[in-house]
This record gives sequence, C-alpha cells and structure tokens, in this order.
Amino acid sequence: MYKTPEGKDIFVVDGHTHFWDGSPQNQSNIHGKQFIDCFYAYHSALSPPEEVWEKSQFEKYTENQLYNDLFVDGPDDVAIVQSTYLRDFYKNGFNTIERNAKVAEKYPDRFIVNGAFDPRDGNKALEYIHYMKETFDIQGVKLYTAEWNGKSKGWALNDPKAYKCFELCEKLGIHNMHVHKGPTIIPLNKDAFDVHDVDYAATDFQNLNWIIEHCGLPRLDDFCWIAVQETNVYAGLAVALPFIHSRPRYFAEIISELLFWVGEDKILFGSDYAIWTPQWLVEKLWAFELPEDIKQQAGVDLTPEIKEKILGLNAAELYNIDVEQRKATLASSPIMIAAE
Amino acid sequence: MGDPKVRAVWAQIEKVCDPELDEPVTDMHFIERVEIDRDDHVTVSFRLPTYWCSANFAFLMANDIRVHVEQLDWVSRASVQLEDHMFSEQVNTGVNTGLSFQKTFADLAPDQGLDEIREKFREKAFQRRQETLLLALRKTGWSDSRITAMTLEQLSAFRFDDDEPAKQRPRYLALVRELEHALAPDDRVFTNYDGSPLQPADLEDHLKDLRSVRINMEFNGALCRGLLNARYKELEPSEGEPTLIDFILDKVPPTASGGHTKNTRQISSD
Repeated sequence: MYKTPEGKDIFVVDGHTHFWDGSPQNQSNIHGKQFIDCFYAYHSALSPPEEVWEKSQFEKYTENQLYNDLFVDGPDDVAIVQSTYLRDFYKNGFNTIERNAKVAEKYPDRFIVNGAFDPRDGNKALEYIHYMKETFDIQGVKLYTAEWNGKSKGWALNDPKAYKCFELCEKLGIHNMHVHKGPTIIPLNKDAFDVHDVDYAATDFQNLNWIIEHCGLPRLDDFCWIAVQETNVYAGLAVALPFIHSRPRYFAEIISELLFWVGEDKILFGSDYAIWTPQWLVEKLWAFELPEDIKQQAGVDLTPEIKEKILGLNAAELYNIDVEQRKATLASSPIMIAAE
Repeated sequence: MGDPKVRAVWAQIEKVCDPELDEPVTDMHFIERVEIDRDDHVTVSFRLPTYWCSANFAFLMANDIRVHVEQLDWVSRASVQLEDHMFSEQVNTGVNTGLSFQKTFADLAPDQGLDEIREKFREKAFQRRQETLLLALRKTGWSDSRITAMTLEQLSAFRFDDDEPAKQRPRYLALVRELEHALAPDDRVFTNYDGSPLQPADLEDHLKDLRSVRINMEFNGALCRGLLNARYKELEPSEGEPTLIDFILDKVPPTASGGHTKNTRQISSD
C-alpha cells in the first residue's frame, strides 16, 4: 500500500517484476553476460544515484530482498512476477516459472506468477502451456519475442505457431499476454523493434489482453497508432517511468502521448524490478504533475484519480483482483512477520 | 593535436546520422577513436549503447562512416571497427571488404537489403524535421493557410530566430529535394511524406502525428545516451560541453563523453 503525503491509501499492483539469476555461475556464454550487463546499464543509467545497486547484487538477489523491496520497503500490494527463460544464455534459465512459483507460494496473496512459452517449440509449447495452467493456474504469460532458440534469433506474434499457442491460451483462460518487444534479429533487414505484429494478434484474438511492456518503446509512435485502434491493447510503463527522475519532461511527453492515444484505463504501472525498485517510482509518479504547456498541447491531464488507476486499479481489473477484499486480506497478515 | 587530417575526418563523420534517431553519430558519442597511419589509412572505431543494438543500423552507420571518410582525397583507405557488439565481426568484415548487407548476413536476411528499413526511417526523419519548422512558423504567428501555402523559395529565405529550426531547415530541404516533393522555387514546400500537399484544415491533426514521431525519437536518443554512458561509465556532459574543436585538440579523452549540439543542451536543461 502506498500512503500519499495527503494520507490516502493507494492500492498498488506492480505489473512487471522479476526474480532472476543472471550471475556469472548461471551464464552459459558471452550473451548471458551481455544480457545482464545491458539490464544493469538500464538500472544504473535511470535510477537515482542512491538507488543504484552493486553489480553482483543486481546479478542475483535473494527471496528476502525481493520481498522487502516490493512489499516492506516498497509500496506494492500485489506484484506480477514474470517468467523469462533465455535458455540459450543461462544454464538454469534466467527466471523460470518454477523459480518464481517457489517464492510466490510462500506469499500467495502477494504474487501473481505469469508463465512463458516459446511458440517455436511447436507441440512442446502447447504441452507446456497445459502444464503451466494445471500446475500453477496461470492467468497470464510473458512473451519475449527476442529470445534466441538455437538457430532462430526471434519470433513474431503473428507467426502461425504463435497463433496455435494463443488459441490454447484463450481456451484455457490464460488471458493476459505481456509482450516484451526486445530487439528481434530475424529477419535482420527489418526493424528489430517493429510492433506491427501486435496489431495482427490483437485483432485476431479479441478475448486476450495484450499488455505491451515499456509501451512499445523504442517504437512508441507506432505503438500508439496501433493501440488507438485496438480495444484490447494496454501499455506497461516500465522503462518509460524511470525517466520521471532523470528527464521529467520526457516522461511528461510520453505519458501525455499514452493518455491521449491509449487512454487512462489502459496504462499499467510496472517497476520492472530489479531493474528499478518500486518505492521511488511510485513516490515520484504520485508527486508528478504535467507541465502546463504539455497539458495544453496534448489536451490531457494526469489527475490523482488517473494515477490511482495506473498504479493498481487497471491491473486489478485485468487480473480479477477484488481490491477491497484484497486490502482486507493483506491488512490481516502482518507484513513483517511474513517476511521473516 | 590540431592535426588537420584528423579534423577533416571528424568533419566527415559528423555527416553520418544514426538512421533511427536522425542525429549525427558524433552527437551521440558513438565514435570512440580516429586513427590515421603513415599510409593515410584511416581507422574509425565506434561503439553503441548496447551489445544488442540493431545490427542493420550498425551496418548502415559503419558503411556510411567508411564512405564519408573515403570521400577525402588524401585517404588511402578507410576502415571501421564496431566494438562490443553481438555482430561486431560480421559488420566489420562486411563493411571493410565492401560486401553488401545481404552478402554479409546471408543466413539472417536472405536476398533482402535494407531498402525498406531505410525508407521507414527516412519517413520519420522527414516528419521530425518538418515538425520543427511547422511549429516555428506557427510560433511566429503565421496562419495555417499561410504555412501550408509556403513555397520552397520562401522557406529558404525565411529568418528563423531560434537555432533548432535554423538547423533543421537545410536538413528538411535536403530531404524534400531527395524525394522530389519540391524542386522549383514556387513549389509548395510542406507536403505529406507521399508528396501530397498539406491542407490548412488538416494541419492540426498532422502536427499531432508528427509530435508522436518526434517524442519517440527524442526519447530514444535520451535512452541511448544514458545507456551508452552507463555502459562505458562516462559522466553526463557538464557545463562547457566539449565542442568539435575539443576533440580535434585532443582535449577530450577518447572515451569521455561530450556533446556539442542543441540536442545535448536540450537534454541537460530538462
């Protein structure tokens, strides 16, 4: 729960968190090293100096630290912990569903565990989706189209094999597709960050929710034009939000674009923990006001009501969380004891 | 080290843009070193914000750097060295031996070149440059119908008070000519990317679209700078940013950050 300076309690759902192991012991090759190094560059480039971690801590952190940063020192009520395998880069995977589920089962009211699958695995991917639903009762998945898989260096949401997986997800009630558009290599002559496959998938799977993490950056402009036409497309704020500290005016421009094109009901807070910790992000977002000229130009505002939606209510809707009931449940389980 | 040859090489590299950001690679601090050996063989080393940066853009920049440096008469040969990138080896070998993109990456991009991607980002560059000019004209109080009726000649002669439109004008005009949207002095200079004239009634919506493009590009530029600095442990440019002359005089260590354009200033003032 985030308590505002005015004393109001704000329910926070952190839409994008990780519990990874990027340590040298787990790296399979140079790509594994470069992957976590790149995350660390994001972390150190955009965090306030006092929030920057040591590299070794960033590579691999403990369950306790995760819990503390999100719920004790941090404002999260519920965190959605995403799975990303990267088996070509990491011996035991980067953050597998098993690794996530192990923490989550200790704090079932706190975590929502999302799965992941790789459509290029064909029938194995379908079997895996069944396994995740039966074992972990997942409601959503993280899709990482930039993942390497043997000779393949990426996939697109409108690949026929991907459509088979989405059909199954729809059938099993796995509704929330969190899409991360990393740099997809194949085909190499195309725009590596192209977001147009979102358009196809969102049109063809109207019953699925498409949450585009880091709001389509670095193709925010293309993403906004897609999102405005598709009612089931959402924007995750990770990567954009940390600019609120280092470049507040850029953040104002980005959020005003999103409010105009995507709308206040479809923007989701996500810290992308451990790339960033949620406390400072939420504090700064709550305190943030759009500069007058940007407000005028874009014709939007970022009111406290809208912030409350972004910080938790929108995600609660997607994950069927009864906010009042969950608040009561969490209030009755003292946080410090649970953390011990 | 005010070597005129080094200075000439830097001036050539400055003409090379990151196609995705429409900003010179020198402003982005991508260039790490310029070396000239006894035989006037020039080697330009550059690096990018991440190991994963798009290989096609890396290839385009590497190729453009080589071509521009080789335009200097005295240069016997120009080579580029892309460092710390997942495709360093392929890009360097390909560009330095004059292979096409398709040949260099035969496995990953069979039979296809970079025309489509070049085109996509040329459109964004056109839009970003145009927006700067349209906004500057509006700021001077011009009506929408007067702006959309403006000719090539009028824009060429217009006196802009601010640096940014003055800087973007030649860049916009270069694209307008390249696209053949306006060639004669009395041709209308503001068109859509497909060459159709802008209508006064559409200008407001048109500007909204352009705004998205510009915000995205500026944001990516800021993100790239941040990542590059973090990757190479460099400091943000402080007061008295180094200029091209500082590079030439070797006042700036090869890996130190420095900027000398409006973009850096814009960012620092946020």
